[in-house]
Amino acid sequence: MDNKKTAGSSCSCTQRLEIKPLNRLTENIPVSEILTTTSTITYSNRLDHFLARWGVNRMGHIVKPGLYRLGNPTPDSPVFVSANYTLSFDAVRSALTGIDCYILVLDTKGVNVWCAAGKGTFGTDELVRRIAYTGLSGVVKHRTLILPQLSAPGISAYEVKRRSGFTVEYGPVRASDLPEYLKTRKATPEMRRVQFPLKDRLVLTPVEFVHIALPTIIASIILYFLAGPLAALAAVTAVLAGTVLFPVLLPFIPTHDFSTKGIILGEIVAIPFAVFSFTTNLTLSFWENASMSLAFLLIMPALTAYLALNFTGCTTFTSRTGVKKEIFRYTPVMAFMAGSGIILSILLGIIALMRWI
Amino acid sequence: MFNSYLENTLKYYPDRCVNCKRCTEVCPHGVFAEGEEHVELVQPSACMECGACALNCPVQAIEVKSGVGCAWAMIGAALRGKDMDSGECGCGGEAGSCCGGNAEKTSCSEKQ
Repeated sequence: MDNKKTAGSSCSCTQRLEIKPLNRLTENIPVSEILTTTSTITYSNRLDHFLARWGVNRMGHIVKPGLYRLGNPTPDSPVFVSANYTLSFDAVRSALTGIDCYILVLDTKGVNVWCAAGKGTFGTDELVRRIAYTGLSGVVKHRTLILPQLSAPGISAYEVKRRSGFTVEYGPVRASDLPEYLKTRKATPEMRRVQFPLKDRLVLTPVEFVHIALPTIIASIILYFLAGPLAALAAVTAVLAGTVLFPVLLPFIPTHDFSTKGIILGEIVAIPFAVFSFTTNLTLSFWENASMSLAFLLIMPALTAYLALNFTGCTTFTSRTGVKKEIFRYTPVMAFMAGSGIILSILLGIIALMRWI
Repeated sequence: MFNSYLENTLKYYPDRCVNCKRCTEVCPHGVFAEGEEHVELVQPSACMECGACALNCPVQAIEVKSGVGCAWAMIGAALRGKDMDSGECGCGGEAGSCCGGNAEKTSCSEKQ
């Protein structure tokens, strides 16, 4: 990724901030302005969440970084740390209804906690810096911060302690567990586990589809004129299978690898097309019909499997080692399937054209 | 068969462990569990290489090559002739970069 990106979209790990000795700065620093927030989620917040889910103005769902006051906190009130992505911040503040506290919002460039931690923007440096900038040491008497558990890939708790004097406490994964967590200051094993339930998979589907909607529409228009409505519909179907059906059915499709799951799902959605094209073109020979059906059974699963493989980054459990192994194992298979299917279709087209002439 | 996720880069050196249990706290997949003398590595294949445990281990008893398991980013890097391991998830980049929605990665509306 090139580093010439606009400031608002910096994200690569190479852009981690330099380490600066800030231990002295964090003590006795004047308190900067404390912003005020509430636990209420308004209609305009909901609209913002909806647009974020559809990928509209993707990097624009931003909260101003800084220290926020929720309710009427005292110097003994707890301090929670969050990202400046509206969905993250809103999840925390709405979960803390009725709790007087401070929320320290880091500048994660409008990216959620987990992804920002992976990139290093929700990181030790930014946290230590933000503690200093906001003058948090002068606001609260204690020296404890409650961080979301999923910020841990970016935060080194012992480094934060060494550089700022604040002890990091990792709270639960989900903001909704915060009230329960606050009672005992202990997270249960359930609170510590990341799941990927249907609801979480469903909310990802709109943006997955929107992402490749334009190329899909263009491709299906071209296919419509080259090969007819059935081919155009097949393209749309394969894409929908890969971007919508696949996330929904993820745990229920056999095998473990995303690519093989994608091929299986792709074959299932291709079968109706194969059967339909085989049984409707009565003017063509058996072999031509069979080849056309085969082309559907080769191209559609390849496309669905490729999209399925690309869903790995959206899930909560794939390791880089595993994904890399999948890429090396299956992309040649997908390329072979798609390639042979396309060659077959072209040959069929040539035969049809010659008969026409 | 058809499981590419059995091996990963996680390494644990129990002899160095000081039993602070931070890793059991930060791991989102229960890879580590509390033990008697030291923490136990109980589910190594569940590791997603997020790197949280290694970064929060005060005595470097855990090593892992952390990175994001995102095919989109890796294929993109490979196509641009870059190292697949450059570790640069495109999320948060311009529209159309990795993980489509993944300013969402894990539907973080529910998460903190």
